[in-house]
Amino acid sequence: MQINQHFFQRLHLDIPLLVGLMLLCGLGLVILYSAGGKESDIVIRQATRMLLGFIILFALAQLNVNQLLYITPWLYGIGVLLLIGVILFGKKAMGAQRWLDLGFVRFQPSEIMKIVEPLMVAWYLSQHPLPPSYGRLGVAMLLILVPFFLIAKQPDLGTALLVAASGTFVVLLSGLNWKLLTGIGSVGLGGLIALWTVPPDKIQAVLSHILHGYQLKRVMIFLNPESEPLKAGYHIIQSKIAIGSGGIYGKGWLNGTQSHLEFLPERTTDFIFAVFSEEFGLLGSLVLLTLYLFVISRSLYLAVYAHSAFEQMVAGALGLTFFVYVFVNIGMVTGALPVVGVPLPLISYGGTAVVTLFAGFGILMALHAHRKYLFS
Amino acid sequence: MLPSSNKKHQDFKLRIIIAGLLVVIFIGILIGRLFYLEVVQIEHFTTLSKNNWLKIVPIPPPRGLIFDRHGVPLAENKIAYSLEIQPEQAENPQQERSTRTERAENLDRLLKRLQTLLNLSDKEIARFKKARARSQRFKPVILKTQLTEDEIAIISVRSYELIGAKVTPILMREYPMGTVGAHAIGYVGRINEDELQNFDETQEAQYEGTQFIGKTGIEKYYESQLHGKVGYQEIETNVSGKTMRTVKQIEPIAGDNLYLNLDIVLQKKAEELFDQELTEEEKQLGIEAKPEKGALVAIDPTTGGVLALVSSPGYDPNLFVKGIDTETYQELNDEKERPLYNRAITGLYPPGSTIKPLVGLAGLEHDVRTIHDKTYCPGWYTLGENPHKYRDWKHEGHGSMTLHDAIEESCDVYFYDLANDLGIDYLSTYLKRFTLGERTGIDMTGEVGGLVPTKEWKRKRHKVPWYPGETLIAGIGQGYMLVTPLQLATSTATLSMKGEIHLPRMVFMQESKVDNLTKTISSQAKTRVDVKYPEYWDYIISAMEAVIIGGNGTANKLSDGLKYRLAGKTGTAQVVQIKQNQRYDITTLEKEFQDHALFVAFAPVDDPKIAIAVVVENGGSGGRTAAPYAKELIDFYLEDRLDYVYEEIK
Repeated sequence: MQINQHFFQRLHLDIPLLVGLMLLCGLGLVILYSAGGKESDIVIRQATRMLLGFIILFALAQLNVNQLLYITPWLYGIGVLLLIGVILFGKKAMGAQRWLDLGFVRFQPSEIMKIVEPLMVAWYLSQHPLPPSYGRLGVAMLLILVPFFLIAKQPDLGTALLVAASGTFVVLLSGLNWKLLTGIGSVGLGGLIALWTVPPDKIQAVLSHILHGYQLKRVMIFLNPESEPLKAGYHIIQSKIAIGSGGIYGKGWLNGTQSHLEFLPERTTDFIFAVFSEEFGLLGSLVLLTLYLFVISRSLYLAVYAHSAFEQMVAGALGLTFFVYVFVNIGMVTGALPVVGVPLPLISYGGTAVVTLFAGFGILMALHAHRKYLFS
Repeated sequence: MLPSSNKKHQDFKLRIIIAGLLVVIFIGILIGRLFYLEVVQIEHFTTLSKNNWLKIVPIPPPRGLIFDRHGVPLAENKIAYSLEIQPEQAENPQQERSTRTERAENLDRLLKRLQTLLNLSDKEIARFKKARARSQRFKPVILKTQLTEDEIAIISVRSYELIGAKVTPILMREYPMGTVGAHAIGYVGRINEDELQNFDETQEAQYEGTQFIGKTGIEKYYESQLHGKVGYQEIETNVSGKTMRTVKQIEPIAGDNLYLNLDIVLQKKAEELFDQELTEEEKQLGIEAKPEKGALVAIDPTTGGVLALVSSPGYDPNLFVKGIDTETYQELNDEKERPLYNRAITGLYPPGSTIKPLVGLAGLEHDVRTIHDKTYCPGWYTLGENPHKYRDWKHEGHGSMTLHDAIEESCDVYFYDLANDLGIDYLSTYLKRFTLGERTGIDMTGEVGGLVPTKEWKRKRHKVPWYPGETLIAGIGQGYMLVTPLQLATSTATLSMKGEIHLPRMVFMQESKVDNLTKTISSQAKTRVDVKYPEYWDYIISAMEAVIIGGNGTANKLSDGLKYRLAGKTGTAQVVQIKQNQRYDITTLEKEFQDHALFVAFAPVDDPKIAIAVVVENGGSGGRTAAPYAKELIDFYLEDRLDYVYEEIK
């Protein structure tokens, strides 16, 4: 056992985190087989991507902090340039321009920003003693807002918000004034509570003072998709039926009627949680949420014991961003949050997202392993 | 560790712990939500899922109707039956577990069966597959439209074996007047890929059940008003897809009805003017009668309402609704005839001598001419030392001319000299005030602006300076100058109203179904054209009246039996350049190289009710060809129209 631990430490791998990720991937493949209509090729394709993701995780875990600090600004610069490139020369898919075609490979630069953004903000803030001055906070905001607007323009509001969130977490962890922190926190909480408790027509009445007819309508459909049952609302109605009919124990693997009779749209991607919950019920969902909670807590634990402010901020932000993915996706699928196109991490079908997530955890492990290395 | 660093570490640790607590709380919220859905609400959702499935079916709104000014229907909706396939149902008729291949086979089997039953072509099947590929899940896809009664019967008796196929009634657009007014009304056609791509989210939802969209004319310009608001049904279906009950139904709201300024009887008469009669000889040779090419626009000068808008040749808009075969489509795209091309608002022609009254008015207004000044016309004009002769259409010359005479006889030399004194920039600015060379802003799509040239325009466009000689030919409406028939009619209407501008409008009333309100649409006011002395208007108009009744008037044949006061101006626009020492001889020129014939007119002079512009492509002389069209139409409008309507009522 002792030898084993040393062995993994040499490889810069954190065993509890790795086990958590593997279990999530396993569950993901199991439910993907069912959601994808029992076709094995979709599962094989996804498993291949997970393997690729693991290789990237392993490679990134070998970096040391100085190397990371050195490449961060470069990555950020390249990322922003690529985002501009997407707007200028991007490929259109599904009504939005997200893909960049480099001839040999097609990818979404906005995905890279999910990792580079917290790195960059942490890099910038850690150049000077913390907590940061207001001037430096202003620059940090700029570092967050530039990619945000570039991605929102594609238009991909979901990813833009996630990228902005990952950078914002760094700022919040950087030693930002507690008063300010509680202020921001209460505004956010207040917004969420308002969304859940105030009836839509009241919200509309308030917003109508600020927004004009067409904009107002869009925001209202966003907040209350069921008002437009032919479009976004259809997804939510179907997904609620799928989850609700699952009950405590679920209908059993491969037995979900809603998903198999193809009532549920996007059932392998954004709405895969509905399939999971229909087939495995409340109990299955609890298991899944526990696994997520474990991965998140382990990330936060690693953050607390990281060596430098830079490492702490990056590790904490990566863990919290991972949580936001989970919360936004499940919140959306259960109809508690507006529809934002965010996949369920490690479960939803899709290549770039898996690779990005593994890359993030790779960096987390690199930071962690580095510490052990110094002190052992 | 240093104390300060330790303190910082404690601070960070505290933040992470708080964040962790928040994570736990939020995950708790998610669990609460799941508990609510899967435990509290389980019965509700199980009922929905187990026996009945909720489906949302859009109900397309009936499209608004289009009427002429007297309420004659120009565009209506007729019920037609089409065969729709519900692909998910067809793929899995027994509602059991099936693989992808099985499902594809089921659908193919149904399509094959229908193909033999209804004698469908492979092309129709291919079209269905393409439509299916880009349609949403659970949305029916159309296989065949306009089923005959026999076809409906064939499908109905076999409905038990044709699971997934369904006959549904839909509203199809119909244009009862056929070709009459086609260019004004426009037509609807199936929504195509491009149009789909350009929809925003709200439009996508609105057009969920809609199959047709306005493509040209009024149908396109007023698409958002005509379309209406989509309704929908939430229905519960059982395992075999049969409707159990309707949970909720929101009725669609029909589109607004539009009433046009167009007088369809006048429109029909105007279109018939372009028909050519064949001689006995030609008939025997089996030559097909083709209408003259050209355009005609008639406007009510007091309101700007467009009474008739003709572009000849026309086409039958019903073809585009029902689907068009290749042969007919090629015919409609014929290079020479171009029936789909709306000459009235997109056709650009040199205005020729029809602008002379306005050039004359500019001369008076700019103080370079008085009504008494005379210019001698020897039949040609030279500019300074340059020996180049600018010729008059009348070889032997008109002699000594006042402005009045020059308009009546359409003397070119008078206007060469006048244009030279005015200069091109002043002349152009003045003509533009009468909406020449600029879009009128009519409520139709595709209108073009045309061109009234200036020195600066030429420098920018051609990178060469303006030559003085070009000013001369601009004075008789030739050279770079290009206008649409609609602009000519508008400027004539403005002249008839002595400077009061009413920009042309197609629609005068919009009838909304939501609040049962009617909204009158009037022409937006534009600044009027003012002159120093109002007598200038009377002078120019009297000269235009002399074109009809004067001894030397270029259209004085029209004065025979004239019962009202008519003012007009002929114009002839060159299509080919005639060499310096040659004469234009109509008998030796091929038809397609002959001049365009133009005529503008309004009547009655003292109380204008109609202003009109006629262009007959390659029609030769304006006085001979285009003027009689205008006279016949104005006669009809002012005198026979009432009788005609009474006859119809009887």
